Amino acid sequence: MNSSISVKNLTKTFKGGLVAVNDISFDVSKGSIFAFLGPNGAGKTTTIKMLTTLLHPTSGSLTLNDMDPVKHPHDVRESFGIVFQDPSLDDELTAYENMFFHAGLYGVPRSETPAKIEDMMKFVELWDRKDSLVKTFSGGMKRRLEIARGLLHTPSILFLDEPTTGLDPQTRNYIWDYIKKLNEERGLTVFFTTHYMEEAERSAHQVAIIDHGKIIASGTPASIIASTGTANLEDAFIKLTGKNIREQEAGSVDQLRQMRQAWRGVRR
Amino acid sequence: MKKNILYPIYILWLRQLKRYFRSKSRMIGSLGQPIVFLVALGFGFGPVFAKAGGGNYIQFLSPGIIAMSIMFTAVFSGIELIWDRQFGFLKETMVAPVSRMTIMFGRTLGGATTATIQGIIVFIITIIIGFRPDIFAILWGLLFMFGISIVFTAFGTAIASTMEDMQGFGLIVNLVNMPLFFLSGALFPLNTAPAAIQWIAFINPLSYGVDGLRGAFTGISLHSIGTDASVIAIITILFLSIGAWLFSKVEV
Repeated sequence: MNSSISVKNLTKTFKGGLVAVNDISFDVSKGSIFAFLGPNGAGKTTTIKMLTTLLHPTSGSLTLNDMDPVKHPHDVRESFGIVFQDPSLDDELTAYENMFFHAGLYGVPRSETPAKIEDMMKFVELWDRKDSLVKTFSGGMKRRLEIARGLLHTPSILFLDEPTTGLDPQTRNYIWDYIKKLNEERGLTVFFTTHYMEEAERSAHQVAIIDHGKIIASGTPASIIASTGTANLEDAFIKLTGKNIREQEAGSVDQLRQMRQAWRGVRR
Repeated sequence: MKKNILYPIYILWLRQLKRYFRSKSRMIGSLGQPIVFLVALGFGFGPVFAKAGGGNYIQFLSPGIIAMSIMFTAVFSGIELIWDRQFGFLKETMVAPVSRMTIMFGRTLGGATTATIQGIIVFIITIIIGFRPDIFAILWGLLFMFGISIVFTAFGTAIASTMEDMQGFGLIVNLVNMPLFFLSGALFPLNTAPAAIQWIAFINPLSYGVDGLRGAFTGISLHSIGTDASVIAIITILFLSIGAWLFSKVEV
């Protein structure tokens, strides 16, 4: 097989009847960079959750490296790394400890662990900060650490859910350099979502645009731009998904984040 | 691929311990309440208790306060689950190739260990204040401390699994913790209490922890140490199962 990820007629209906993902199909070929785009609430995160074993699909089939995430969750989990939309590091631990605990949970052989951690942390240029608590890190440093952590167990697929949101252009460029280097040097398949269309235009080999749970366009960035008769992917995206602003509720998570920031004065 | 399942448990346990020893403020802050109870109640009610023929009140009260501080620390360790959920770390463990049971077990073991350490610190404070336990019974005492820790950490995890936010957790926990503590025989002897209170104490898991701890340290208890230990063991299995089941339902 040549696809890393294969999705056929995938549907997810939540309790209450909300159809978050409605009969989507796509393929991500091995060693490619795939951009999964869509407005807020379009179904991107739900799809990623299904691909990464956190949610079970209502119907349809999906495979990662020819394995079904529902039937073989542990094998699938070993084969991908993920950087979530929200930070998922333990702030009270050092950068090295975060890496070390990840290696332990993923069953990375203990004899190889220190060398692998050093390799990955040097790759994202955080090795000199290995003994600092993560809460002292900037947003960009946390992202880089998360990428390093996601790759520690040498997965063949890396999921990145809005990896560059809230970062300055310098850091964004930096992170994309890493991702492209990983893709080229290690043959890593990259599946990412973003709201920055120029990132997708510049880096992705293949793009799929999802809206209201349906895939409304897919292909190379150039083919999507050509078929919509627009100048760039941003214009194509707006033309396809409309100009209306999508509401996204601020969940309890956001409220709590604000609360914690107020308490501890943590800067992000 | 065959994997060692004990190692992830150890990793999760180690994480709780590191976090515990790093937050000195929490460690010291949670000693305030037991010290206040020991000093205010111990010395305040001491003379009355002695006049009523109950003997040395510090001797009676100390095991109860040790059990109390363990229970509070243990239940509140459930809040770490909510923190982890809100701040993302839980997701990191949920996509790891480790079963939910393993995660729940590692977390509970970690929370229970920190609660036991907290109990040992309070135990040392009671000795400074004037508690004179039977030093040979210390192993039994530690066993009961750990038993109480496991029961109430599993309980806290169970509640936290069903909660989305801290406020809700705090409310429920206070609603449950206070009656459990006051009606456990930690502060006054149960054998002379009204029948209604005796009944509540009879179904209160903490009573058996307090009674076992008191029996081990002072030799005076309502039930035999064997009975207390068996009840704690059964409740441990029960609460661990409920906690594991509720934790398996958690969606991130």
